[in-house]
Amino acid sequence: MTASETRAEPASPATVPRAPSRRDGIAWRLLRLAVPVVTLGLLVVIWQVAVDTYQIRPFILPRPSAVWDALIENWDTLSRSLWVTVKVTLSALGLAVAGGVLLSILMQSRWIELGLFPYAVILQVTPIVAVAPLLIIWTSPNTQLALLILAVLVAFFPILSNTTAGLKATDHNLLNLFELYGANPWQRLIRLKIPSALPYFLTGLRTAGGLALIAAVVAEFAAGSAGRGSGLAFRVLESQYRLQTARLFAALLLLSLTGVAIYFATSFISWLLLRRWHESAVRREN
Amino acid sequence: MQSARVSETQAAAAMPPRPRPLVRMEGVSKVFSNGTLALKDMSLTVGQGDFLSLLGPSGCGKSTALRIIAGLGGATEGAIDWPVANYDAEGRPDRRVSFVFQDPTLMPWANVYRNVRLPLSLKGGGGGAAHDEIMSVLEMVGLAGFAKAYPRELSGGMKMRVSIARALVTRPTLLLMDEPFAALDEITRFKLNDDLLALRDKFGWTVIFVTHSVFESVYLSSRVVVMAARPGRVFAELEVPAGYPRDPDFRTTGTYAELCRQASETLQAAILASVRP
Repeated sequence: MTASETRAEPASPATVPRAPSRRDGIAWRLLRLAVPVVTLGLLVVIWQVAVDTYQIRPFILPRPSAVWDALIENWDTLSRSLWVTVKVTLSALGLAVAGGVLLSILMQSRWIELGLFPYAVILQVTPIVAVAPLLIIWTSPNTQLALLILAVLVAFFPILSNTTAGLKATDHNLLNLFELYGANPWQRLIRLKIPSALPYFLTGLRTAGGLALIAAVVAEFAAGSAGRGSGLAFRVLESQYRLQTARLFAALLLLSLTGVAIYFATSFISWLLLRRWHESAVRREN
Repeated sequence: MQSARVSETQAAAAMPPRPRPLVRMEGVSKVFSNGTLALKDMSLTVGQGDFLSLLGPSGCGKSTALRIIAGLGGATEGAIDWPVANYDAEGRPDRRVSFVFQDPTLMPWANVYRNVRLPLSLKGGGGGAAHDEIMSVLEMVGLAGFAKAYPRELSGGMKMRVSIARALVTRPTLLLMDEPFAALDEITRFKLNDDLLALRDKFGWTVIFVTHSVFESVYLSSRVVVMAARPGRVFAELEVPAGYPRDPDFRTTGTYAELCRQASETLQAAILASVRP
C-alpha cells in the first residue's frame, strides 16, 4: 500500500496505534450505567415520599416498598405466571421467525408473492384481539394454544415484511457479479441475498420481540383464562378485581422487565451479527 | 455507421500482423425494455493483447456494450463471437472474462480475503489450494496485509484494489473494466493506472476499458474507440502508436499531448454528433 492512499481510516488495527477515546474508558461505561440508575432511585424516593406526604390510599397508589413486599409475598404465583408468559412469547417469536423467514424466501418467486402477500397484509391490519374469541373456541379447552397462535400472528408480519424488503434490496452490481461468475440460484440466495437481508431481518426481529410480548398479554386479557396455568396478564386482572394494587404493580414490573430483557437480547444478537460490517452497528468516528 | 479512421496509417502498417481476434461484436443493437435504443449496429473486433478504451459522452452505450460482451443481458440484434474460445457442449463459449465495475462492488459482510475468494468458491474451489492464489493476487495489488480487513475499513482506492484482485484471481484472458477509477481522486487514479499497466504487461491480458477521460484512455490504451450517443454507436477509432511498457514519463511526451489533442477533438465531434432527441 502506498502512503498516498491511506487517506481514510486506518484499515487494520494491528498496523496503526489506536487513538485513545474517552468513550472507551471504564469510567465512561460506569457513568453510562450510573445515570439511569440514579434517575430510577430518585424516582422511587419521590414516589415513596409523595405517597406518605399526600396520604394517597394504597389501592390507588401503593408505596414502592409495598410493591416490593407484594412481589416477595406472591413470588410463587407470579414467577409461575411469568414463566408461562415468557414461554408463550418466546415460542411465538421462534415460530414467527421460522415462518416469516421461510415465507419471505418463498416470496422471492413472483407468483407466490402475488398469491400470498395481500393476505399477509390483511392478517396484519386486522386487529388480532378481535380474532381471539374465535381462536379460543377453536382451540378450547387449550387456551395456551390460542395465546400462542395469536402471538405468532402478531409477531410474524414485521419479520416477513422486513426480510422481504431486505431480500429485494440486494445490490444490483453484486447480483451482476454473481451472474458473471456463474452462481446458481442457491449460491445467490445463501451467499448474497440472505447476508444482505440480515440487517433488515434484525430490525424485524427487534420489532417482533416487543410485539410478541404485547400480543401474549393482550390475548390473555381476551381469553380471561384462570387457574394455575395463567400468565402475568391474568395476574394483573386478578389483582385489579381484588383491589390488590401493589400486587398489580408487581406483575406490571415483571412484564416490563421481560420486555426490557427481550429488547436487550434482540439488540445484542443484532450487534453481534453486524458489528464488523454494517453502519448501524459501527460507531461513527470522524 | 459513421466511422472515421483518424489513425496514422504508417504506424498501423508498422505493427506486426495480429493473431485471430479474441472477441468480435457484429452488428450489435440493444433496445431496453423502456424502448431506448442504447446501441445501434455496433461492430468491434478486439485482438488478443489489445488494450482498448471505449471513450464517449454519457449515454453513448459504452457500459452497455461492455455488459453485452460480458454476457450480462443479451443483445437485441447481432452477435458476439469468440473465435479462439473453447465452446462447451451447450454451445456456450468459455470466455474467461473478469469484470471490474465502477463501484468496488464488494460484499460488506465479508472481509477482503473472502471477497477475493468469491469467484473461486462460486465454482466450488475456494479451499486450501486457492489460498496461495488469493494471497498472491492480494500481494500484487499491494494489500497482502489487509486480508482480514472489512471493506468499510478501507479507503476508496484500496476497495478498488480489492475489486481488481478479485478480477485477477480467476486468471482471466479478457478484463472488462467499466470506469473503474472514475470515483477516485487523481493521485490514486494515476497510481492505479500505472499498477494496471504493470499487471497487464505481466499477464498479457486483453483489456476493454470504459472511460470518459481522454487522458486516461490515451495513457493506457493501444486503441481508443470513440463512441457517440443517441443512438449509441462507434464514432471513430484512434490508434495509440506508443508501445508498452509505459511509465509516467509517457505523460510528458509530445506524442502523448498530440494524441490527447486528437482524442479530445474526436470526442468533441462525437458529442456534437450525439443529437438531442
